[in-house]
Amino acid sequence: MGVKLDPLPDPTWRVQSPPPNGGAMDVRIEGALTFADGGALWDELAAKLPPATQTAVRFDLSGLDSIDGGAMALLVQVKWDRQTAGGKCEFIGANDAVQKILTLYEGDASPTPKPPLVRIGFLGRVGNQTLDALREAQLFFAFVGSMVLAVAGVLRRPRTGNWHDILPTMTRTGADAVPIVLLITFLIGFVMAFQSAFQLKQFGANIYVADLVALSITRELGPLMTAIIVCGRSGAAFAAELGTMKVSEEIDALRTMGIGPLRFLVFPRILALFLVLPILTLLGDLVGILGGLLVGVVNLDLTITGYLNQTQRAMVPWDVFQGLIKSAVFALAIGLISCAQGLATTGGAEGVGRRTTSAVVMSLFALILIDAAFTLAFHTLGL
Amino acid sequence: MSTPLITVTDLTMGWGDVVLLENVSFEVQRGEVFAILGASGCGKSTLLRYLTGLDEPKSGTVRIEGVGTPTLEVGRPAYGVMFQSGALFGSMNVAENLALALTEWTRLPPAAVSAIVRAKLRLVGLQGSEYQQPSELSGGMKKRAAIARAMALEPGLIFLDEPSSGLDPVSAVELDDLILTLNQGLGLTVVLVTHELASIFKIADRCILLDRASRSILACGAPETLRDECDIPAVRHFFNRTSPDRPTAGRTGENA
Repeated sequence: MGVKLDPLPDPTWRVQSPPPNGGAMDVRIEGALTFADGGALWDELAAKLPPATQTAVRFDLSGLDSIDGGAMALLVQVKWDRQTAGGKCEFIGANDAVQKILTLYEGDASPTPKPPLVRIGFLGRVGNQTLDALREAQLFFAFVGSMVLAVAGVLRRPRTGNWHDILPTMTRTGADAVPIVLLITFLIGFVMAFQSAFQLKQFGANIYVADLVALSITRELGPLMTAIIVCGRSGAAFAAELGTMKVSEEIDALRTMGIGPLRFLVFPRILALFLVLPILTLLGDLVGILGGLLVGVVNLDLTITGYLNQTQRAMVPWDVFQGLIKSAVFALAIGLISCAQGLATTGGAEGVGRRTTSAVVMSLFALILIDAAFTLAFHTLGL
Repeated sequence: MSTPLITVTDLTMGWGDVVLLENVSFEVQRGEVFAILGASGCGKSTLLRYLTGLDEPKSGTVRIEGVGTPTLEVGRPAYGVMFQSGALFGSMNVAENLALALTEWTRLPPAAVSAIVRAKLRLVGLQGSEYQQPSELSGGMKKRAAIARAMALEPGLIFLDEPSSGLDPVSAVELDDLILTLNQGLGLTVVLVTHELASIFKIADRCILLDRASRSILACGAPETLRDECDIPAVRHFFNRTSPDRPTAGRTGENA
């Protein structure tokens, strides 16, 4: 069903435009003009007026009873456009009320030149983006440097550390994330077992589902999926919190109290993340294997003991341990990137949104990159 | 005259290619209420950021007696700052906002900290608001809480950024009275940025008027003297609230 609009009232104004007389033309505007008539007025003038360079136009406003600001702005713009194009144009005969509005909208003045639109070409844009990226990288490394100094300061004088905030932050980033981490890693283990079961069944290698799930969960997917969840939850939260504090001058206020934001705000967040992410990963590993176990028992007719024994045979402690090392590094990456983005926020709500987005996107990118680097390094070192 | 508390020498202010003030110098005496005035966008708040050490000037120096160049995060601050928005920490209640600097820089037992917090809140007329969140406070209450927070460590100097902007006339007057009380009762030196003429005449001992066009300090002195005796047109316009060149609706213009 379409929206029913009120029918347009009869126009309370009209434009009389006699044919040009010797290169000049008097256009008479009569009645009462409001902003609502602006579109129709604009179209009518565009249709009726001859090209500006050929004909001088005088707008005769003596028949105009009233006009509002919006309509006057349009009339003045028509006049200015004609003057800018090199034609002559003026208003005559306005009554007192109309003249006041005409003056307010500078209808008697010459057109003010529009500021030239600065166009940046393709190469210019590429150059600007590159410079921006370099500046961002420089800022980030400066941030990491300052953070190292801040941590060194806290280690030297432990009393200056903001230890109060660590437990609450661990609760927010760790304990509160347990349900979602469990659910997702369970499903990942389940899906992986389910997908591979069909293939392995063809060779009668059902039991090796346990190996596949155990190794891929502990070495790769457990740490990575957990880090991705924590990045989406806590990384975004860190960036948004610090960003909002930055734009509302709370960070400045903290500094004027002699309290460094890195030591007071960033340190507890990164430390909390560093402590909880390996724990979450361990939980994720466990539940992921349980997901595989469910498929093994229900779908592949394996016994629980058989599946668990096979899992135990497939894994060595190092498989779990390397996943935990990765997750600790993931935690540092998420914490550093998100807090750096938060503290770099400028420009209000929109800036907070922009920095929060970059925090998550850059953290995800870093996670994948670090994961690849670890896999390559462990492979090269034969671990 | 004794040594000034704040000495600004040849300060140039701006960022990138923009220069707002060039080579300005002025002094703030101990114990006075000193106002920084000027039109919107002339850099009053930026100047305050230089005075408090939040930003570094393009060139020139700011020195605070007993502090040197204002630098943040290196020790117990010697001055308090109130930001225009109040900038109270949204995650803490009012009492925690005030207690933060105390627990950070003193070894007072919790009971003493809370006694000081209550005393400061009484001083600004906010008794009973200890456990309110900043989001529950009105604009005037936020500013008073922010002043109390700036006063937490008993500084001898506080900086206020537009204390009475956005307040109703009664709250604005109350805030002016509070600033006067702090200045006269505690001998506090107050440096403030403001637009409010009534408040300037009421509380400021001396003021400077910044001017963006000439990138300089247009005038410096007691506000009454500047209003009555200064013959610079822009200064007269400022203090008499007249507008030099704004066209009015009733004016009849010339034909283009």
